[in-house]
Amino acid sequence: MDYPLNVKIIRVPCTGKVDVVHLLRAIQKGADGVYCVGCLEGACHYNEGNLRCRERVEHVRQMMEEIGLEAERVRMYNLSSGEGPTFAAYANEMTENVKALGPNPLKKKKNS
Amino acid sequence: MIVAKRKPFDEIKQILEPYSKVLTVGCGTCVSVCLAGGEKEAAVLNTELEMARRLDGHPIELETRTVERQCDREYLAELDDIVNDYDALISLACGVGIQFLAERYPEKPVLPGVDTTGLAVNQSVGNYEERCRSCGRCVLAMTGGICPVTMCAKGLYNGPCGGTNLGSCEINPDQPCAWHRIHERLAAQGRLDLIHEITEAVDWCDQVPRMTIQPGYEKKSEDKSE
Repeated sequence: MDYPLNVKIIRVPCTGKVDVVHLLRAIQKGADGVYCVGCLEGACHYNEGNLRCRERVEHVRQMMEEIGLEAERVRMYNLSSGEGPTFAAYANEMTENVKALGPNPLKKKKNS
Repeated sequence: MIVAKRKPFDEIKQILEPYSKVLTVGCGTCVSVCLAGGEKEAAVLNTELEMARRLDGHPIELETRTVERQCDREYLAELDDIVNDYDALISLACGVGIQFLAERYPEKPVLPGVDTTGLAVNQSVGNYEERCRSCGRCVLAMTGGICPVTMCAKGLYNGPCGGTNLGSCEINPDQPCAWHRIHERLAAQGRLDLIHEITEAVDWCDQVPRMTIQPGYEKKSEDKSE
């Protein structure tokens, strides 16, 4: 049940707390990828937070394309809080996904 | 409230192409409420622009200030001391605010970041529907609260045209016929007699900017501009 060391976890009480600017900033500051992990749809602990997050992740993916970056660097996953091995599996999946895309193109340019 | 929509990203990027240091001015009133140009939206726009320009190898320095409103001089005054630090300003206020900002700093390029789309009601989060075209001569008393200027495709003042089609407008079956709705509304209220009154059409030509001066606030002495 290991997950890659390159995944940094930022805990929030609900993925509904995650805003569009948080995801964009991660990429702006040099993250190669960013993903949200929320409750299973229909089972959000706070009712609909994970649905708000899904909408925001979709919006950010669209913005990534407009900016000229790969939408696939930003993703959302859903699982229940008891599913440890699934969490690890998603972490591995996202890492492989981002490795295939290569490093964040913004890192080659002067960082702001 | 006044509703606006942020311009497409590509358009904003193209508008800002010649500039290297830009201030994004947000507005805390209407465009904040309709989620188009408030503090949060200004931050998102700046982040998108900074990343896109950096990828293009043509970096841009972006800062942001959001004032309470851009249609009141007292709030624009907060920007006086900093405006000269920038090559250009991009305003996310409605058309009114953008112009007031441009007027205040006539030597500084002031660019629009939103398209102002009307006076609208809030149907649900992020979903707004136009209800008023600010014609300046409200006839809602006679139409049961349904605006014929806004809701009728032809803006008719005196009942439906020949194109009314089973409650829909001839232009699109999904577009309700405003006068059909007005008839139903007045009938339900027992006020159908109002529909017989002929309303004079508004003269829409020579539409110069309107001045609205509230009674009791007319300046009798020499006009003092701030």
